Amino acid sequence: MTEVLQVILYGLVLGSIIVLGAIGLTLTYGILNFANFAHGDMMTLGAYFALFYRFGLGWPLSLSLVAAMISGAVAAVLIDKVVYRPLRSRGSITLLIASVGVALIIRNLIRFVWGPDNHYYRRGIQFPIRWMGLRIKPDHLWILGVALVLVILVHVFLRYTKIGKAMRAMADNMELAMVTGIATERIVVWTWAIGAALCVAAGFLLGLDTQLFPDMGWNLLLPIFAAVILGGIGSPYGAMAGGLIIGMTQELSTLFISAAYKPVVAFVIMIVILLVRPGGIFRTGGAVKL
Amino acid sequence: MTVEGVLSYLVFFATMAGIYAVLSLGLNIQWGYNGLFNIGIAGFFAVGAYTSAILTTPPSPTHLGGFGLPMMVGFLAAGAASGLIALLIGIPTLRLREDYLAIATIGIAETIRYIFQNEAWLAGGIRGLAGIPFPWRRALGPSANFVYLALVIAILAALYFALERGLRSPWGRVLKAIREDEYVAAASGKDVFRFRLESLVLGGIVMGFAGSLYAHFVGFISPQAFHPMLTTFIVWVMLTVGGSGNNKGAIVGAYLVWAIWSMTEFVTDFLPSAMATRAASLRVVLIGVLLIAVLMYRPTGLFGEERHVSRLIARSPTGGSHARSG
Amino acid sequence: MLSVRQVTKEFGGIRAVDACSFEVERASITGLIGPNGAGKTTLFNIMSGFLRPDRGEVWFDGQRIDHLPPHRIARLGLVRTFQIPRELKAMTVLENLMLVARDQRGERIWNSWFFPSKVREEEEAARAKAEEVLEFLDLSRHAHELAGNLSVGQKKLLELARGLMADPKMFLLDEPGAGVNPSLMRRITGYIEELRRRGTTFLLIEHDMDLVMNICDKVIVMNQGTHLAEGDPEVVRQNPVVVEAYMGGTP
Repeated sequence: MTEVLQVILYGLVLGSIIVLGAIGLTLTYGILNFANFAHGDMMTLGAYFALFYRFGLGWPLSLSLVAAMISGAVAAVLIDKVVYRPLRSRGSITLLIASVGVALIIRNLIRFVWGPDNHYYRRGIQFPIRWMGLRIKPDHLWILGVALVLVILVHVFLRYTKIGKAMRAMADNMELAMVTGIATERIVVWTWAIGAALCVAAGFLLGLDTQLFPDMGWNLLLPIFAAVILGGIGSPYGAMAGGLIIGMTQELSTLFISAAYKPVVAFVIMIVILLVRPGGIFRTGGAVKL
Repeated sequence: MTVEGVLSYLVFFATMAGIYAVLSLGLNIQWGYNGLFNIGIAGFFAVGAYTSAILTTPPSPTHLGGFGLPMMVGFLAAGAASGLIALLIGIPTLRLREDYLAIATIGIAETIRYIFQNEAWLAGGIRGLAGIPFPWRRALGPSANFVYLALVIAILAALYFALERGLRSPWGRVLKAIREDEYVAAASGKDVFRFRLESLVLGGIVMGFAGSLYAHFVGFISPQAFHPMLTTFIVWVMLTVGGSGNNKGAIVGAYLVWAIWSMTEFVTDFLPSAMATRAASLRVVLIGVLLIAVLMYRPTGLFGEERHVSRLIARSPTGGSHARSG
Repeated sequence: MLSVRQVTKEFGGIRAVDACSFEVERASITGLIGPNGAGKTTLFNIMSGFLRPDRGEVWFDGQRIDHLPPHRIARLGLVRTFQIPRELKAMTVLENLMLVARDQRGERIWNSWFFPSKVREEEEAARAKAEEVLEFLDLSRHAHELAGNLSVGQKKLLELARGLMADPKMFLLDEPGAGVNPSLMRRITGYIEELRRRGTTFLLIEHDMDLVMNICDKVIVMNQGTHLAEGDPEVVRQNPVVVEAYMGGTP
């Protein structure tokens, strides 16, 4: 029983990281209408940004996170200006191909600058807190706390600000987004900025939980896509639920099969969802074509 | 470098580029003609390579098989296995939005890599499979690579002519129509799903063939050789540069991009070894920039698509085949 | 020929088509009119298999078709055009037409490997037929142009041409007159009447009242997803319910 609870705790930690990644991905997917394959590598970039602020400039870890989120947002808006905007009229698949290019460029620039080796935000071992038989690393509490605060901020932003409401409407209704043609530039900029900031936070927390390496974000991209599809593309609240479900299922699966297959578990869930409810678990109908 | 050295490098180059050209032809069936967004090329390539390797290597106590079968059997089975994977992935996803296929193919490619990496009983796990035979290697001695190149070119040519014939036909025309507008194709009485599935499977078979050619050429395969993004991505760049929807473009693009890729390797070889590993990643960056530049400035690639699908029209006096402009 | 029985289709709680029923007679030209949002195009999408009705049945030529996929319905001879022309831009006009040819052995890839002469024979037949259709619609000059380069009016004709290639028993035309100049309109009207003389049935959605009054034998009026009235064009025009619902009092 304790073992199961322990795994559930891990699931919660992984789930909240996926949630932060999935909110950004679902918003860009819904509003800009393309699957951004560079999202995982954006996570990695954010994690390394924080590494730079922490050790390059010697800032405290929390400040490094905030600075990295801002840098990530700026980087995403710039990438949009240089790469995606000129291609936007050419349809979602061209954008998707371009995003694959962006993904490899980002990842290999990281490899060039920081090298292929692992990096850590903290050196030394953290002693876990023992509580009701559970081993809880202080970092895990940090991860859950930061994720919770960010999710609440996202909620407030989407519910109570004008731009947030507009984003939600656009993301939720693909037809609307298509009929009105191209989303207004202001919404596009905000979408990239918010999405990237959250995804940087996800990368940071992932690095805090384990370590930083150039493929870290790419390896999490499939589970994030699974969470987005589970929750229904364009639905930020769906992405939150989807992220928790995917994270939890991935960790629980380790009770039965090798931990090496965690990403495969997410993939299998995704395929099943595509087969039975292609619009996501919270939505009827969906995106079936001929 | 000696003359022999240069020559043997050129043979190596032409063989590798030829294998990639086969991959590029496979992608052209799926994407160029039918608009199917497959970014799991590495997975199909790997399945082909492993299938061929398992069937043709001598018996081994440490992993599955080692059936010692002839290379020809391995080659055909590689196509069949890879086509089967395409069928399995196509059935659930081809009725869905097009970007779902992209996510599903990358998922299957990753899954395949995880399996080969973790299941040592199947194919040696991380250590990979060695001793994949090329039957005449010993007998031919130093000229073995020449013969292998001739084999690759022969297969490439055979595939090219078979695909030209198969695609410049009503079948290819339906594929192209589906790519342009699936609703029109359906309203014209064409079973969109069936044609998509055929295109995905045929492309998968061709990619499996490429995997087999690769395995028997290098003699050793491991999961690292099939890193999902790099293999997949470079094939995409090849087809985009050459001209999607054009089989000649697919082949020329493969040779051209492989040449660029190889030349950048020479440049990094001149760097001090400490920098060389890092500079290797700049090569990938360059390829990424190339892809985006082609998308932006020359979306039709070097060879545009041919105006007519039908060979009949292209030959007729009133027709004439002009490259598509714009 | 075509029978729509109690067909209902909802989108997110809104009934686009609501228990709609009517019949279209063989070799007739029937107009389907109604204000925007009356459910006409939704009904077309149901009849051509692009949408499934939530309830109700559609019968065509003695066969129930509401559960069939679009390509099967097209092969039965119930052929639709699209309101906004959907030409295959990167293909020539001729190949836009040859695509539609039915029962092509060349649509199986192995036949073009193993029986190339058969495939070639059928290709030649398809080409001859396509050229005939282009001739009929006076489009022959454009046979080798990319469809994307045609003018709006020519694209309209291409829709019709592609439909003709499918040997239709019945045509569903979605606003054949929209965005078309008067002289082309006269041509289109002429083609429709000529084809009807040869036995083709037509159901057309149209907003251009002149066209409707000119060529339709019968008019069906839809409003709010359901069948409101039907009959002779003149009679329908004077029906006060129709005037109220549709023509806003200016017949």
